[in-house]
Amino acid sequence: MKKLLKLIGLPAALLLTLSLFACGEPPQEEKKAEEPAKTEEAQAPAEEANVVKVGFIYVSPVGDAGYSYAHDLGRQAVDALPYATSKYAESVPEGADSERVLRNMAREGMDIIFATSFGYMDPVMKVAKEFPETKFMHCSGFKKGPNVSNYFGRIYQARYLTGLIAGSMTKTNKLGYVAAFPIPEVIRGINAFALGARQANPEVKVHVVWTKTWYDPALEKDAAKSLLDSGCDVITQHQDSPAAQEAAQEAGAYAIGYNSDMSSFAPKANLTSAIWNWGPMYVKTVEEIRDGTWKGDQSTWWSMKDGVVDIAPMGAMVPDDVRSMVNAEKAELMAGKDTVFAGPVKNQAGEVAIAEGTTPDDGALLGMDWFVEGVVGTTN
Amino acid sequence: MLKIRKREEPWKWGALVVFLGALLFSLVLSALLLKGQGKDALYGMTVLWQGSFGNVWSLEDVLLKAIPLFLCSLGVAVAFRMQIWNIGAEGQFALGAIGATWMALAFPDLPRFVLLPLMFIMAFILGGLWALIPAVLRLKLRVNEIISTLMLNYIAILLLDYLVFGVWKDPASFGFPMTPEFTEGAIIPGIAGGRVHWGIVFCVVVGSGLWAFMRFTRLGFELTASGGGARVARYAKIRYGMLVLLVMGLSGGFAGWAGCVETSAVLNRLQPSLMVGYGYTAIVVAWLARLEPLNIAFASFFLAALRVGVENMQLKLQIPAAFGTIMEGIILLTVLAGQFFLTYKLVRKPRQE
Repeated sequence: MKKLLKLIGLPAALLLTLSLFACGEPPQEEKKAEEPAKTEEAQAPAEEANVVKVGFIYVSPVGDAGYSYAHDLGRQAVDALPYATSKYAESVPEGADSERVLRNMAREGMDIIFATSFGYMDPVMKVAKEFPETKFMHCSGFKKGPNVSNYFGRIYQARYLTGLIAGSMTKTNKLGYVAAFPIPEVIRGINAFALGARQANPEVKVHVVWTKTWYDPALEKDAAKSLLDSGCDVITQHQDSPAAQEAAQEAGAYAIGYNSDMSSFAPKANLTSAIWNWGPMYVKTVEEIRDGTWKGDQSTWWSMKDGVVDIAPMGAMVPDDVRSMVNAEKAELMAGKDTVFAGPVKNQAGEVAIAEGTTPDDGALLGMDWFVEGVVGTTN
Repeated sequence: MLKIRKREEPWKWGALVVFLGALLFSLVLSALLLKGQGKDALYGMTVLWQGSFGNVWSLEDVLLKAIPLFLCSLGVAVAFRMQIWNIGAEGQFALGAIGATWMALAFPDLPRFVLLPLMFIMAFILGGLWALIPAVLRLKLRVNEIISTLMLNYIAILLLDYLVFGVWKDPASFGFPMTPEFTEGAIIPGIAGGRVHWGIVFCVVVGSGLWAFMRFTRLGFELTASGGGARVARYAKIRYGMLVLLVMGLSGGFAGWAGCVETSAVLNRLQPSLMVGYGYTAIVVAWLARLEPLNIAFASFFLAALRVGVENMQLKLQIPAAFGTIMEGIILLTVLAGQFFLTYKLVRKPRQE
């Protein structure tokens, strides 16, 4: 008998709760109806009839540093436009959950949705088919469609510059790289970093540890510590939190951040950061939406000269000769001369993978799944 | 003076009162938190409700999310009832997904009515075998299954990574970790072309099957009886070791099915983003439901609704994602803590001189 009671107890409780909610609904319904109108009024005063509604979804919490934070700075630039409003959802897991969030955003009437992580690619394609009127921009993937374009940036250019600094600053000739997933985006960054570091100092080796997560501060810190323990004295990262920076500072080593300027988290250790500056790109895209000139089925990689990728101001510990070398290389990139992956480039086995006088095209970069010489680690 | 007394007889409708009380308490607490954030608390609660149950599509979303939770929790509960602490549903889920993917990739051209059963069978076998490892370790070497099931989760996820980053990687994916998309025959179709797929019917069948098994068969009775521990079981001449194996095999198999359903119906391919922690949430669901199959159905629906609804709040009110986790934590904690009142009561006691 007791068991039977228990058996029906919880479901009955749930049902009752539901009905309770249902009873309370009618007055709230009214409220709901007036609410969106109210916010729209507040955010779009006067004659702004054609407000562009922009949605962003992030894979990690926005927080105060990192990948999603960098995207969110871009969103804020959009929000500051007189003709646009934005909304975002953070910590959205890739896969089934992101599909639901995308769908909800499309139903909310967003004109354009920026899906900022690789794993959103298939969900974006699915949802884009269901909502042909909504436009989608997917970051870092390779699929596109009539209302889906993808975009990314040549962050490897910034990685290359940070590699120059790291190669110049190391004493042990061992650099540590805390990396998320062995996918081309990350591998490309590691290779560019290693090419830069060995440009400055041919003795350097780059040791890679995979965390298999974009965002897990504790794990990132542990990975950094293990690299520091094995003798690395400059740590860099392809992760969303500044945990590796802090680990380096605690160990009295140097660190190079990623995504956003991470100097405030480890002022003694942070040499610089490879940073994203999405504002100009997002504003431009929203402008295109407003003017009706946006096109689907496009792939765009933004580079340093567009202002989308950059390095943060270098720390005081970086000596002047290193600064001037880095600035000279940066000037080249700013002028549009991208020679980061210009051959000859050897792979880990010492074989020439990119022949002298050639530069890999974007297709080859997009699918890069091998390490250059001087990287210690495997790509799986 | 209030005094705590143990209840001598069960509190009629107690579970209902406690659950509602706890829910109300935690919703009020959450509303206060919203208020603290400077948001309209009442509107927030409306949005929560709307996001979970307000529309056909939100209900669909909730059901979709509840399916893997239900299957995993069912598995976890089977083991927990016998006081076998299987924390490894996450890993068994991964193995199930691997098994299903294996079949889907090996026989892509088979018709659906052959291929899908094959996938389910292989998912059950691999998930079950994965769970049998800690069971055998426990029986033969007295290894604590809490530790071993937990550790095996990490190994399972690494195995999944190995496969999608390596041998099963789609050559057309530019090096990104994912298998090729499944063929039509390997995908569980939606019911009547909708988004809710036939996995939900499968859940009903498995759930009621397990309920009937526990209630009406001798083996089911033995399982529950052995919950008292190995010594009780031996005293009752129950083959304890055999039961541990059976229970763990079932438990892992159910989680494996969850992995199969999620891979086939939702992702249509295997990729690392499959793993979002259903195996761990399942433990909470199982406890919330006090290990009863029917309650598990409601609890997984409830938790799924909460997650989906809270997401809606995030979108509409632009509150931090962490708020959802906080709210979920408050609700679970108060509901679980409220169960204290099912076994104990507060009685007013006259002050004695």
